Amino acid sequence: MPTPLVVSDVAKSFTMHLRDGIKLPVVAGVSFSIRAGECAVLGGPSGAGKSSILKMLYGNYAVDEGQIIVQHEGGLIDLANASPRTVLAVRRQTIGYVSQFLRTVPRVSALDVVAEPLVERGEERESAREKARALLAQLNLPEKLWALPPATFSGGEQQRVNIARGFITEHPVLLLDEPTASLDAKNRDVVVALIAEKKAAGVALLGIFHDQDVRDAVADRIIDVTSFAAGKIAA
Amino acid sequence: MTDEPLLRVSGLSKFYGSRIGCENVTFDLWPGEVLAVVGESGSGKTTLLNCLSTRLLPSSGTASYRMRDGQFRELYRMSEAERRFLMRTDWGFVHQNPADGLRMTVSAGANVGERLMAVGDRHYGKIRATAVDWLSRVEIDEDRIDDEPRAFSGGMRQRLQIARNLVTGPRLVFMDEPTGGLDVSVQARLLDLLRGLVTDLGLAAIVVTHDLAVARLLSQRMMVMKDGRVVESGLTDRVLDDPRAPYTQLLVSSILQV
Repeated sequence: MPTPLVVSDVAKSFTMHLRDGIKLPVVAGVSFSIRAGECAVLGGPSGAGKSSILKMLYGNYAVDEGQIIVQHEGGLIDLANASPRTVLAVRRQTIGYVSQFLRTVPRVSALDVVAEPLVERGEERESAREKARALLAQLNLPEKLWALPPATFSGGEQQRVNIARGFITEHPVLLLDEPTASLDAKNRDVVVALIAEKKAAGVALLGIFHDQDVRDAVADRIIDVTSFAAGKIAA
Repeated sequence: MTDEPLLRVSGLSKFYGSRIGCENVTFDLWPGEVLAVVGESGSGKTTLLNCLSTRLLPSSGTASYRMRDGQFRELYRMSEAERRFLMRTDWGFVHQNPADGLRMTVSAGANVGERLMAVGDRHYGKIRATAVDWLSRVEIDEDRIDDEPRAFSGGMRQRLQIARNLVTGPRLVFMDEPTGGLDVSVQARLLDLLRGLVTDLGLAAIVVTHDLAVARLLSQRMMVMKDGRVVESGLTDRVLDDPRAPYTQLLVSSILQV
């Protein structure tokens, strides 16, 4: 089975033009790969560049150097140099992402927020909603909230909507940016179980988990991000 | 999904005498894609939009559009009549000021129906039924169908303008600051409506806005313009989360957080 995601020699820095063009190096020489059915966890202190790496893998941050090779619809794509249109196709079909925060759209119900990625992939709206209901129930989101836009939900409720939205599809690669940060123990266990299901289904997962228990429960391997440190990071 | 763009723009420039309107703009737009053009007043974004929609002829450069028969046609070589036909059928143009896109002294229903008649619909009952349907899709009550847009609020006028533009099932819609001048709550409703319609209908759209939040919500791709030139372009979230050009960094850092 081909490796779904191979990252080699990726480097990233920010140039702050508004502050006399100072350059903030973030990471350099980032190299790793994720196998199907494996959950790797990015480790290292805050500021080491874990989120930046996830954002580059999702096309959300530009990549200065290196390659991000992803197995997409039977071919290989270098995301570091892909056109916006290709990145969008990869996001739709291949790489899913669960962020820490839900970016809410006014007036769209929680149920439809969750169902949307499936609809974008061509699934009928009703069957997508059916799956969304099942996931929201599994994540213990009270049913009376499903028809409401998540903007006014609590942090933990929004995060569960976000998790459901990220887990509903069958993307072969899934990026997780602290999906359990504001969850209680019961719901953390649900997320751990969902991750186990994804692994069993052959999904390649890469995540950031500050919660030690969750990390121990899901990680097959820790990738130490401090080994990718790019010089000194200016304060 | 088709593998050909809907619109191909290459080296488009417009000069007003020696002053630059926009210079050397090149991009492709695919079906179903929403492209936001952002920049402050005077950056050339409206000039670009007017050139693309053939309301203005460029000084140089080309733009070709894939017609419904699959053939690409060079926009600036079409006859005036052909361009007008395109504008009435396959394209829409949503103006910032609804009064520029509506006929203020005929009824709301007629504003929507008129576009249908322009594409050859003649059956009164059908036209009225379609108008009612479209008014409801833009959340205007059926009992307002015989009112003139003069009697509508700004937000309603803008929604009516959108209905008038979308009723013919266009494939490409140009929007010039579609939420400009509206209260924020009205803006949110309009944006949400536009977002839904664009997704449901699979429209391609080019949206000119100075509001980065509007660009974030509506578009997948973004071009940032300054002094008539494109200074940065790419995926909307990439441009906003990791702006590279000095001017884009200034724009993004100038957003007020609420």
